[in-house]
Amino acid sequence: MVALAEAVTHSAAGAALDIEQLSHAFDIDGTELPVLSDVSISVEPGEFVALLGPSGCGKSTLLRLVAGLDKPKAGRLREDEERIRSPHPSRVVVFQDPTLFPWRSVWDNVALGLEAQGVLKSQRHRVDAALDLVGLASFRNAYPHQLSGGMAQRVALARALVNDPKILILDEPLGKLDSLTRITMQAELVALWQRKGFTTLLVTHDAEEALVLANRVIVFSDRPARVKADIRVDRPYPRHRGDPYLADLRRQILGLLGLDATW
Amino acid sequence: MSTYSLSDGLASGAPRLSRAPLLAGWIRESGVGVLASIAWIAFGLSCLWWQDVGDWSRTHSLGIAAFVIAAIALFGTVGADYLGSAGRALHKRAPWLLTLGAFLTLWEVATAKLAWLPLPFFPPPQAIIEVYTDDLPKLLDSVFASVKLQLGGYLIGATVGFLTGVSIGWSRAVGYWVHPVLRFIGPLPATAWLPIAFFTFPSSWSASTFLIALATGFPVTVLTWSGVASVSNAYYDVARTLGAKPSFLVLKVAIPAALPHVFVGLFMGLGSSFAVLVVAEMVGVKAGLGWYLQWAQGWAAYANMYAALIVMSLLCSGAITLLFAIRDRLLVWQKGTVKW
Ligand SMILES: Nc1ncnc2c1ncn2[C@@H]1O[C@H](COP(=O)(O)OP(=O)(O)OP(=O)(O)O)[C@@H](O)[C@H]1O
Ligand SMILES: [Mg+2]
Repeated sequence: MVALAEAVTHSAAGAALDIEQLSHAFDIDGTELPVLSDVSISVEPGEFVALLGPSGCGKSTLLRLVAGLDKPKAGRLREDEERIRSPHPSRVVVFQDPTLFPWRSVWDNVALGLEAQGVLKSQRHRVDAALDLVGLASFRNAYPHQLSGGMAQRVALARALVNDPKILILDEPLGKLDSLTRITMQAELVALWQRKGFTTLLVTHDAEEALVLANRVIVFSDRPARVKADIRVDRPYPRHRGDPYLADLRRQILGLLGLDATW
Repeated sequence: MSTYSLSDGLASGAPRLSRAPLLAGWIRESGVGVLASIAWIAFGLSCLWWQDVGDWSRTHSLGIAAFVIAAIALFGTVGADYLGSAGRALHKRAPWLLTLGAFLTLWEVATAKLAWLPLPFFPPPQAIIEVYTDDLPKLLDSVFASVKLQLGGYLIGATVGFLTGVSIGWSRAVGYWVHPVLRFIGPLPATAWLPIAFFTFPSSWSASTFLIALATGFPVTVLTWSGVASVSNAYYDVARTLGAKPSFLVLKVAIPAALPHVFVGLFMGLGSSFAVLVVAEMVGVKAGLGWYLQWAQGWAAYANMYAALIVMSLLCSGAITLLFAIRDRLLVWQKGTVKW
């Protein structure tokens, strides 16, 4: 953790992200499936934004658009006032599936970004530091098929963090972790984010996770996703799960997601 | 292992076990090895006991060799515990050794001694040994010629096939032009080109190289192509968000991901190129094992044909083994791959 932050000398601060009237739709067998409808979110540099919404509403789709992997049907995306047209390593994604490269060892998977950018030779220590961070230093030579689901997810996280992104895009990165590792990783994530100051977009299904981590929670409607609520979470870190203020917000959010009955 | 019951009994000083189960245990462990030794002694005796019905010069040496093998089998079995991994290897192969010894004995008796099988067509083992000792230079020349031709053609075919496959899988424009040609020409057996190739190419050697390359290239191309085409988009997405350029996507994502397919193509290409090699050597090239077979047939030298066939099968099997070794090296990351 500390090692990684120190290893990265030219600390990149976060970038601002502007999502303006974004709409997107998929063609399925000739019929149009609207997925995002007029979504506008303005994210300050260094903000930690959690995105919550029903399954299948379009959260992953939004993240792909922000990453520059797909082109939106309408609307604009800007990173620090610059139009997002294609992927760039300043915006790194941790996908919902770890999608590690099975033919590369754990170390080589984490080194992927540095290698792709042609800086691996001088920056090998960053790979080691990132592996230390996720607690997998002893698995550096293992192949992905030898890892558990949670370990693979942690490798995917290390593979993103090693690139020192300005915007870190996380699609349920902790979803497959056991609750203990999950809590540890949440703390690590917050510490890392505070130290490095990158902007974070985190999709999660877990309202509590959103509230412990983010300083802003955005709740989406059912598909096509539109912004249903935009909630500030003004609480200092480290936050406590039992905090009555957070419990109150949590009840509010679950209500927005239509879960009052179960609460 | 073999001595468990034995050393158990000895270690305790006075053997508690009666002799009978001890003996039974020993027979169970070492019986096959001893039988294998007996089979080879039988083979040796079958060589030396009677007079040959024909005139072969290596009968005596073969018999001696059989006794040597019998001795090795016997000592290897009895002393298995002192021989470590060699002893274990012998123990594992003892059933095969037994079968082989019995088969050779039968073969020897049925051909050289009692002539149950018609003679020129079914030579005895010593006749084949004679080919290896007396016709060695010519056989080695043939092996060398075959290996050279096969290696050249295969490497050219595999390289061209691989590059073509990657280009079709990667570039739509290349696919547009190459795909129809591939569909039209690819399924044609390479040997169908033989008559044309032998008069259009400057030499029969270059013609054969071309044909072998063709036979190799088609499966390699198709499988490389399908391998590249089936690479999951998720891999490209990951690489692109990490800043990968197109060259990186081809070299570090598409090709490694397609490699298991490529090896399937390489194996198929190897098989079909062997067929082309033999036919080309029989028809056009005046060298190589295929030609040796043809030549031996012309002289009704059946022992030479069997000898050449054995060498040929060893070479083909060796080539496959080599390819498997390379694959296992490159694809260590795959779990559960087939062992050759
Ligand atoms: N490539 C695609 N082609 C067609 N439809 C798609 C495609 N990707 C996503 N969809 C559709 O878009 C909708 C939103 O998908 P998305 O993956 O963004 O949901 P999500 O909010 O991330 O859901 P979850 O929380 O379950 O991951 C789904 O109905 C899905 O069927
Ligand atoms: Mg999703």
